[in-house]
Amino acid sequence: MADLLSVRDLKIEATSYPPGERPRTVTLVEGVSFDVEKGKVLGLIGESGAGKSTIGLTALAYGRGGVRITGGEVRLNGEDLLKLSPGGIRKVRGAKVCYVAQSAAAAFNPAHRLGEQVIEAALRHGVMTRAEAEERALYLFRVLGLPNPETFGQRYPHQVSGGQLQRAMTAMALCPNPELIVFDEPTTALDVTTQIDVLAAIKHAIEETGTAAIYITHDLAVVAQITDDILVLRHGKMVEYGSVQQIIEAPQAEYTRALVNVRGTRSEEAVDQSDTLLQVENITANYSNGFTVLHDVSLHLPKGQTLAIVGESGSGKSTLARVITGLLPPREGTISFDGKPLPKALKKRSNDELRRIQMIYQMADTAMNPRQTVREIIGRPLTFYYGLRGKEKSARVNELLDQIEMGGQFADRYPAELSGGQKQRVAIARALAARPELILCDEPTSALDPLVAEGILKLLLKLQEETHVSYMFITHDIAIVRAIADSVAVMHRGRVVRFGPKSKALSPPFDDYTDLLLKSVPEMEIGWLERVLKTRRMESAGN
Amino acid sequence: MSDLGPARGPEPMAKPAADEVPQPAGAAGPTAPTQADLPSQDGPLAFFAGARRRNPLMSLILQRLALSVALLFAVSLMIFGGVEALPGDFATTYLGQSATPQAVANIRKELGLDQPAPTRYFQWLGGALQGDFGTSWASRNSVSEQIGKRLGNSLFLAFFAAAISIPLAVGLGMLAVQFRDRFPDKIINVVSLAAISLPEFFVGYLLILFFAVNMGVATFPATVYDTMTIGQRLSAIALPTATLVLVVLAHMMRMTRAAILNVMSSAYVETAELKGLSGLRIIARHAAPNAVAPVINVIALNLAYLVVGVVVVEVVFVYPGMGQYMVDAVTVRDMPVVQACGLIFAAFYILLNMFADILAIVANPRLRHPR
Repeated sequence: MADLLSVRDLKIEATSYPPGERPRTVTLVEGVSFDVEKGKVLGLIGESGAGKSTIGLTALAYGRGGVRITGGEVRLNGEDLLKLSPGGIRKVRGAKVCYVAQSAAAAFNPAHRLGEQVIEAALRHGVMTRAEAEERALYLFRVLGLPNPETFGQRYPHQVSGGQLQRAMTAMALCPNPELIVFDEPTTALDVTTQIDVLAAIKHAIEETGTAAIYITHDLAVVAQITDDILVLRHGKMVEYGSVQQIIEAPQAEYTRALVNVRGTRSEEAVDQSDTLLQVENITANYSNGFTVLHDVSLHLPKGQTLAIVGESGSGKSTLARVITGLLPPREGTISFDGKPLPKALKKRSNDELRRIQMIYQMADTAMNPRQTVREIIGRPLTFYYGLRGKEKSARVNELLDQIEMGGQFADRYPAELSGGQKQRVAIARALAARPELILCDEPTSALDPLVAEGILKLLLKLQEETHVSYMFITHDIAIVRAIADSVAVMHRGRVVRFGPKSKALSPPFDDYTDLLLKSVPEMEIGWLERVLKTRRMESAGN
Repeated sequence: MSDLGPARGPEPMAKPAADEVPQPAGAAGPTAPTQADLPSQDGPLAFFAGARRRNPLMSLILQRLALSVALLFAVSLMIFGGVEALPGDFATTYLGQSATPQAVANIRKELGLDQPAPTRYFQWLGGALQGDFGTSWASRNSVSEQIGKRLGNSLFLAFFAAAISIPLAVGLGMLAVQFRDRFPDKIINVVSLAAISLPEFFVGYLLILFFAVNMGVATFPATVYDTMTIGQRLSAIALPTATLVLVVLAHMMRMTRAAILNVMSSAYVETAELKGLSGLRIIARHAAPNAVAPVINVIALNLAYLVVGVVVVEVVFVYPGMGQYMVDAVTVRDMPVVQACGLIFAAFYILLNMFADILAIVANPRLRHPR
């Protein structure tokens, strides 16, 4: 066996500093062993906090922010990296093992040109001369499908798009001809239509150069497209380790089975969609700089149902929500709510009009005051809209906490003491406290792990049944649309390109954009990527 | 593993996503709405064409320039107004016991004080714009001539203090980052804190005591004359320069350290570390360029101090600079001199800050290379 990297019984610790307590050592990763053969790709998968990135970085003998590797061995070509001197480790990093970060936008130095950064490691380690490195960078830019590869290196990071930066980061990792590359969620921050291209580019580049790789992601469907083996992690421990076929087609552990089936939720759409609650007509809106974000947007949402707004970043989804809340008054068009026109600007709306429309945001973290307890956060709208105080308020807070399946014991905690999913539940309770008729949900699950997100979706569906509230659900994820929507609006560059009941909107014949969007969503199926790329190529050849 | 060279170059996977259409050189980014009319980034003519939209860098710099000029006018008004509002009167002070109303009126007329304030302001400003600050009331000499010499002396001192302290401060700051929380960093921190805490006149007297009195290796007083050679001058200003360096060094060094440390926690520094680069290269190449703006600002402030705020040091070392000149003029109510010194100091302060602003703007790659 030509094992390039061989990790045995890894143990990783960090010191945590809980406020008001003595510092203590926490074990992040324990008993993890795996091998990466030459030219093969291993997928590390798990939810956030599972230790994926921490394990991936051990291949570079690197501990992020005070993380220490305290046990086990990490052998690269038989040599234990953990026993090397700092100088010895430096010779491995950037020469034999390279790293591709999740956010290439942050990982590139804004002060230097991309080309210089791409070839820097190869030059500093003396792997090649400047001319050779530049030639190789150009070759990699071509392989990765970057536009104008000859001049791409002249650009600064802020001058290219996120998808291009992610490819450039891959080129940077491949440039010194490393034996192993660690990809840390390289496509997570990208739009779904961009993700598929970057994914294909990475896969192509790996095959082309014969480099081995560790591919870290929380999305099993993505990892199924690109890896040979998969290691499933949870809470820093191994759950299951096997070939892609085995993990996807015959998962053994219960946790793996849950991951494989996570996108299985489907809801039936409502048959009668005539009782309109929200009517948006011919909305055109622009930013203060004159840039038009929404063009002639019209849609409607029936009472007690869910309208999903799908689109990529920059398509105007969130702006539409801001227009409906009155935060951004539109230039043209009207919004009616329950049959009556709504004033365009927030300041002109009555308290009751405000109460009837509430919002849930993507980052529950930043949408809550970190210095208020859950009780204060949920209690605020109760006092503001209903004048509740004392026992009445407290009872209602507990009732709401029960509704979001958390219970009264959470009332006196601060947001920092809650998990991501719990924070989002509190945000939902805060919205519900106003007894709204419409909740605008702006990607409330996209920052959460798949299983947690699934829980939130189920909760939202349950609450809809109980309170008959309507949702306008903004998302970029078609799977979520399938799971919860009654009707769907697809947005692209500020326009609604498709609108209708879910069954109609998501069935052929498609317009070009919806087709591209639907085909870009990774499916839990080996070989999906090749299949899709083939059909896309054929289409472009046919056109 | 090097058999994978470019020669094997496969057909490129040129299948950009919908929003990733290849873009013309010089303009990039899918969200740049005005990319078509952005000038090529090297076109020098673009610098003079419609500034704001086409070249954010130039428009920002022009903005700063205009602002500085406006500020300078405002300051000239304030200086003139402030001097006007001072109680007392030069003529009365000058004549002392013999101040008969007639004599006072004569002197006032001679000095032009009988004219209304706005007239005098514009006369003064008009002169100042041409480099003529009028005549000193006390010595009847040309103010510009006097100031010319004094300012030269002050700048001479400031230049050497800056030439030593700036590279030293930036270097020590980088060193402190490289050894952060270890021994060299702590030493640098303690020494610089001590230097900040001691008042400059105290540092000055200490230096005089050790180097001039006890060891006799330095010259004191630091007075310079027209007849001195450059070598004599340098030896004369050694002690005041050392004092100034000690006073400004700590501030700049600590700011450099803080600015670089701030950058050291960013993702691109981690990238550099994972490329296996050495610590000093990471600091010098990857961290420092992004910490330039705050460092430049603190350097400019200290440079301004070196020119404007050296009164105490000049007095301690009996150095014939601008500061001493102004203090002397204030004691005898020699208003043309006070006004001229005030305006020149303000001009230096504003100019240095403007240069700092402009350098910080130029150091920002986003402004230097628009999308």
